[in-house]
Amino acid sequence: MRWVNIRPGRQLAIYMAALPFVLVVIAYLLGSGARLAENPNDKLLPALSSMGLAVKQMAFQLDARTGSYLMWVDTLASMERLAAALAISTSLALLIGIVIGLLPAANALLGPFVSVTSMVPPLALLPILFIVMGLGETSKIALIVIGTLPCIIRDLSMKVQELPREQLIKAQTLGASTWQIALRVVLPQILPRLIDSLRLQLGPAWLFLIAAEAIASDSGLGYRIFLVRRYLAMDVIIPYVVWITLLAFAMDFALRLLQRKAFPWFASVRAE
Amino acid sequence: MSAIRFEDVWKEYGDHIVLERITLDVAPRAFLALVGPSGCGKTTFLRMLLGEEAPSRGRILIDGEPLKPEPDADRGVVFQRYSVFPHLTVLDNVLLGRELQQSRLLGRLFGRARREATEQAMTLLEEVGLKGHETKYPSALSGGMQQRLALAQAIMRGPKILLLDEPFGALDPGIRADIHVLMKRLWNETELTVVMVTHDLSEAFSLATRVIAFERNRNRPEERERYGATISRDLEIFPRRVAQPHADHPIRSGRDDPAAQGA
Ligand SMILES: Nc1ncnc2c1ncn2[C@@H]1O[C@H](COP(=O)(O)OP(=O)(O)OP(=O)(O)O)[C@@H](O)[C@H]1O
Ligand SMILES: [Mg+2]
Repeated sequence: MRWVNIRPGRQLAIYMAALPFVLVVIAYLLGSGARLAENPNDKLLPALSSMGLAVKQMAFQLDARTGSYLMWVDTLASMERLAAALAISTSLALLIGIVIGLLPAANALLGPFVSVTSMVPPLALLPILFIVMGLGETSKIALIVIGTLPCIIRDLSMKVQELPREQLIKAQTLGASTWQIALRVVLPQILPRLIDSLRLQLGPAWLFLIAAEAIASDSGLGYRIFLVRRYLAMDVIIPYVVWITLLAFAMDFALRLLQRKAFPWFASVRAE
Repeated sequence: MSAIRFEDVWKEYGDHIVLERITLDVAPRAFLALVGPSGCGKTTFLRMLLGEEAPSRGRILIDGEPLKPEPDADRGVVFQRYSVFPHLTVLDNVLLGRELQQSRLLGRLFGRARREATEQAMTLLEEVGLKGHETKYPSALSGGMQQRLALAQAIMRGPKILLLDEPFGALDPGIRADIHVLMKRLWNETELTVVMVTHDLSEAFSLATRVIAFERNRNRPEERERYGATISRDLEIFPRRVAQPHADHPIRSGRDDPAAQGA
């Protein structure tokens, strides 16, 4: 049988999916064990037990200096920034993307501008943001918005233009105005595609968040990682990275679930 | 129900002449079938009639008035594909025209208005044989059912002219025969002038009151772009077919509905 026709069964697929994870963990344990056997004070690859201790301390013990549970405070601070930024990005992108995609005149006016601005490397703008907006929350949220907005706009306006032309004609023969076409034909069909777009932008959004927090902040997951780096505290950094990954994965999963539940018609459209 | 008139219409795309010297008078209530080889400009003709494309020369008149340069509710359409909205259920697809008409701001009806529209939509769905499928999405329907839905959706808005671009081309023969029966009823019982593009001559002759053939007179490769297709045959079906509007239970299109007309 050809390789392209070999499909693993359901159970086998689960084992196969788990395999790379298991291998990475085993490799880590071996490496860590070897190094610790040589030097019990080694900080580079801490044992699971010491990472467990660090997590316990960060997440479940009141920090004496600040009077709070650091890991939760960090998580909350980061998630607030991310949520605020993505809320701004998606709502703006939805508005602008539909306008550009649907109205040729708006496309002529804004299309090239969006294409060019989406090429500006957002991190290069970070110093400007800090200078103009100060070191507070605004500049961090602005960075994430600037980093994700042009891409989502471009993606959505393209998705609008990809809707079959027949549909727009059909709507007009049913008497729809431009506003009604946007509201009843385009918007509901673009929402599930917005979720796709947002899922793709989660990675960049986290990147910009961590970068902004690393450079100027006094809370947040990125801030903590870069703070404890000074003490080579791998036992904190590694669990934080795992935690960030889990959060990002959970967001992605939730979006996928939302797409499936809220837009039951979308799967078959995409399959075409 | 409208008279359509083409006065020496040409359509060119750049140097490429697609249609030339099209002059045509279509009587109100006619059922016009348009046949011709692939690529001869049948869809282009329909798109001009729809207002999606403007003629390069000449004019198109509807009931003596120049055609509006964009699609509107006077001219309904069913394409071969993509005629219904995949994100709306069968019922919502049929309701859409009424909702757009009566609710300019939200494009949605609520309460009593919605109930009344739903009642009419359900009757129409029953007429086209889609009763019991109201809550399905179009992707769950067969090709024939989707085209029935597209017809119901167009009829619900009560157009004067119905334009069909190979609407049944993708259906297998048995299903096509069924839908022909429906098409005849729709034409007889609603106040429609129909223009249908088809590849199927027997379909053209069994449904239409008049069959028009487009053909390119010059077909040598070097002449192909310089000469467009024109009307080569114009056959009135004999014995003459006339719409029979007085059935026992006529299908009610949006136009016949007094409530809709008041809005
Ligand atoms: N937007 C356009 N720009 C340039 N040329 C076009 C355009 N639309 C159609 N044409 C050309 O016009 C000619 C007629 O096309 P049209 O789609 O009207 O043919 P048709 O008779 O409907 O064919 P078919 O039976 O295959 O559907 C074709 O040669 C096509 O290439
Ligand atoms: Mg065609």
